[in-house]
Amino acid sequence: MANIPSELRYSEDHEYVKRSGDGSIAHIGITDYAQGELGDVVYVELPKVGATFARRDVFGTIEAVKAVSELYAPVAGTVTEVNAALESDPALVNRDPYGAGWMIKLKVKNPADIDHLLSSEAYKKHIGQ
Amino acid sequence: MESPKRTPLYKIHMTLGAKMVPFGGYEMPVSYPSGIAAEHRAVRERVGVFDVSHMGEFEVSGPDRNAFVQRATCNDVGALRPGQAQYSAILTDQGTFVDDCLVYRFEDRVMLVVNAANIAQDWDHIVAQKRGANVRLRDISDQTGLLAVQGPAAETLLAPLTTVGVAMIPYYHFAQGKVAGVECFISRTGYTGEDGFELYARAADTETLWHALVGAGRAGPCGLGARDTLRLEAGYPLYGSDIDAGVTPYEAGLGWIVKLDKGADFTGLAALKRQKLDGVKRRLVGFKLVEPKVVARHGYGVYLDGTQVDVVRSGTVTPTVNCAIGMTYLPVAHAKPGAGFAIDVRGKRAAAEVVALPFVPRRTKK
Repeated sequence: MANIPSELRYSEDHEYVKRSGDGSIAHIGITDYAQGELGDVVYVELPKVGATFARRDVFGTIEAVKAVSELYAPVAGTVTEVNAALESDPALVNRDPYGAGWMIKLKVKNPADIDHLLSSEAYKKHIGQ
Repeated sequence: MESPKRTPLYKIHMTLGAKMVPFGGYEMPVSYPSGIAAEHRAVRERVGVFDVSHMGEFEVSGPDRNAFVQRATCNDVGALRPGQAQYSAILTDQGTFVDDCLVYRFEDRVMLVVNAANIAQDWDHIVAQKRGANVRLRDISDQTGLLAVQGPAAETLLAPLTTVGVAMIPYYHFAQGKVAGVECFISRTGYTGEDGFELYARAADTETLWHALVGAGRAGPCGLGARDTLRLEAGYPLYGSDIDAGVTPYEAGLGWIVKLDKGADFTGLAALKRQKLDGVKRRLVGFKLVEPKVVARHGYGVYLDGTQVDVVRSGTVTPTVNCAIGMTYLPVAHAKPGAGFAIDVRGKRAAAEVVALPFVPRRTKK
């Protein structure tokens, strides 16, 4: 059973959003379900700080042994930080997707957008759990 | 489309939490919760057990059995003594692959082991070559279970479970006997580049055999994902990717399984004689990506000086050396270690370089 924390918000593309600071900064990564489906992650290609994305823009690529997958911005915003630790240890995404395996921090264009994402209950339904 | 078949161990795979995928008409475990990389490492460092019961088995008996298999396959069955096996292929009239296979010679019969996806087409192809031969052909795929026990500790795992002296079975030889009370053919073969065994048993007995090998943490279960990364590192071709009905054994670097002078008019002989004389125009090569952080996957375009020459046949990231590797066909002039070419990775051209096969030295028993 994948771990789907109730305090996070989710996209249908299997990214999660964790609010921090005053609520305008979002940590973004992929869900425990998504890392389980992908299997062993070998590379994560992330954008540069300052890059701007609209909702559902591709912000990166994740390569696992068996498959490659695009990463989609769950909300619009500007990248303020990328997780450099994934460069040397991409398997952090498998081991700790919601913690050390985060991917980017986004200055969210419109913080209210986060409320339109899936709740944990809705996301669980989405993945048939 | 028919629903996929299941091996005798389907329920066990589900209980173990395996990720199941369709493969060759079967629902097969691609990995268990430990993941492909851990399963791969277990086989390189210790031992792992694979359910490969999806493989097809044909039994050939009758007085003309050896002559018949000589005609149906390209390697020399006459060179086998009972108790020996060989890697071989079933070819078209053009000398291209219908399938690759293993040929086991018994005192009173021959067994062909073929790829799951090809069981039906291989069967039709072989039956069509029967002509007047006095042989009896039986497709025993559904009655046969197959477990691969692979890794440097395979012998240590197997030896206490059987009275057969497994240490004395040479590479590409087999013995018959009981393992954990189950009647088996114990074959010193495999598809990982490591020492190991393949155990053929009755389908109904496969579960007992599995528990004896995998139970109590004696060995980890391994799925098709690790089987694929292991065989690719070892430079073994996979039918449907690296070899198919469009390529010949000479092009695939498998000239050693073609015995033109074995004294039997096997299917594909005339075409391969011509190709041997003319020389091949392209060859299967191993490559690694020079471009960091990209993986070349099956089907990506392969370009030489801006012109597409092939596609990536097999491609993955090798867990052993953590580098993106693969196989493709290049014109002979470029099929040399160090030669550069490009691969279209989702719209971007990534630089690749030919490297010698195998990627990881094989440690099979000599």
